Amino acid sequence: MKLVVAIVRPEKLNDVLEALYRAEVRGLTISRVRGHGGETEQVETYRGTTVKVELHDKVRVEIGVSDHFVQPTVKAILSAGATGEVGDGKIFVLPVEKVYRIRTGEEDRAAVTPIGAEEGVS
Amino acid sequence: MPTTVSPSDTAWMLVATALVLVMTPALGFFYGGMVRAKNALNTMMMSYVALGFVGIAWALIGYSLAFAEGGGYLGDFRFAFLRNVGLDAKGTIPHILFASYQGTFAIITAALISGAIVERMRFGPYVTFITLWCIGVYAPIAHWVWGGGWLGKLGALDFAGGTVVHINAAAAALVGAIVLGRRKDYMRQAIIPQNVPFTLLGTGVLWLGWFGFNAGSALGASPVAALAFGNTMFAPMATLVVWSLLDLMRTGKTTAVGAATAIVVGLVAITPAAGFVSPLSSIVLGAIAAPASYFAILYRSTTRLDDSLDVVAAHGVGGTVGALLTGILAQKSWNGVADGALFGNPKQLGIQVAAILATIVYSTVATYVIVKAIGFGFSLRASAKEEGIGLDVTQHGEEAYSRGEGAILVPADGAQI
Repeated sequence: MKLVVAIVRPEKLNDVLEALYRAEVRGLTISRVRGHGGETEQVETYRGTTVKVELHDKVRVEIGVSDHFVQPTVKAILSAGATGEVGDGKIFVLPVEKVYRIRTGEEDRAAVTPIGAEEGVS
Repeated sequence: MPTTVSPSDTAWMLVATALVLVMTPALGFFYGGMVRAKNALNTMMMSYVALGFVGIAWALIGYSLAFAEGGGYLGDFRFAFLRNVGLDAKGTIPHILFASYQGTFAIITAALISGAIVERMRFGPYVTFITLWCIGVYAPIAHWVWGGGWLGKLGALDFAGGTVVHINAAAAALVGAIVLGRRKDYMRQAIIPQNVPFTLLGTGVLWLGWFGFNAGSALGASPVAALAFGNTMFAPMATLVVWSLLDLMRTGKTTAVGAATAIVVGLVAITPAAGFVSPLSSIVLGAIAAPASYFAILYRSTTRLDDSLDVVAAHGVGGTVGALLTGILAQKSWNGVADGALFGNPKQLGIQVAAILATIVYSTVATYVIVKAIGFGFSLRASAKEEGIGLDVTQHGEEAYSRGEGAILVPADGAQI
């Protein structure tokens, strides 16, 4: 099992979600975050106050997947999240020690397999 | 025509002018709530900026083209730069008050168009557009109906601007939406309102201002002003009731955005009729306006036309229903001017149709020429990248909802550090 953590542009989030859906990757968590990569800063002015905004809005997508789903997940995010400009974000693939599904107490692979997937419904 | 200034009429028109002016910021809230957060300021600025550019264009030239005598199609330059606009009586109020009052109409009419082109038009070309539009489209049509022009002489009934304001703005909005094209996310992603309470707030303030708009169009503290006031109250109430029921039947719930839209549609529809129909007729009129705009909005959202905030369905359809029903429901016993088709004067309906068609044709053609002319020199649309980031940051260098995280102070020029 791996945890795929992707930081993507907010305006590309819907494209990424669509690509993940097409890749049959289900079950994910997103959060709005701010971060700094190598992007040029954006300048804002409020009356006499001028600021450089160094932290840009991003979205963090976290997906727990079984091993054979890692590549499809990464590929989907890479293709849908890219604009070619600095600031497209990163994907981190992390090892996962243990996963539990809270509702049933299922563990590991059973816990990261979406409901219905084992019967071939998805 | 009386040539003395009436204190009571002046008092009411001072208040009415202020009320109508506030409708434009209110429209900013109404529209601003319905776009995405990254475009909130830009959308609101599209209304607010009209207060400056359109207002000044009106003072310098627009008012004269609309209300100086001139010919049947356009006024002359007698009042340009507000020359000859003094404290003398125009009707029963000081001339400068009349010119100010009419200016508030020009401003909000131009701002109404923005609803069709939000979230994608560059700000500079937009400001250029509404400024030229006020002079080239609004002023002539205002002259036709109210400034002594041919539609007024023909007997077209437009109490407060069903054709001049709403149908006119809607025709321009349609042209704008088509020329600009769809937003890149339109029909691809869910685009939902960022702040529905703003939209409800804007609606409330619009209704308040609309009393100045409609009852003020009596141009005095007269019984007709009271009629227009009552109708401006009852018609949107009827629209709200019918719209709520339609919402309930279609989705099982009554929606807040629906209620806000209903109130505006009711106000639009009663605008041409306000001082011409009985209060009971205004309720009928408001009720009929609801399904017309309701289903127009549903239909529009299935098409590829990205009239983003439904200016055509709300103001075009609502204004047309109102202008037609004015020709049917007008009662001389109430207004002292003319009867409608239902009261033995079917000719009135024909005149209303002529006024509607003339407005649509002229506004469509002239708006197209202006937009295309600006587009010839400047790019009208923000780039796809700017559209993605949002127009607040890319057009204004500001954010509506900034928490200041990661903002580093840039010392002002010459500041000692």
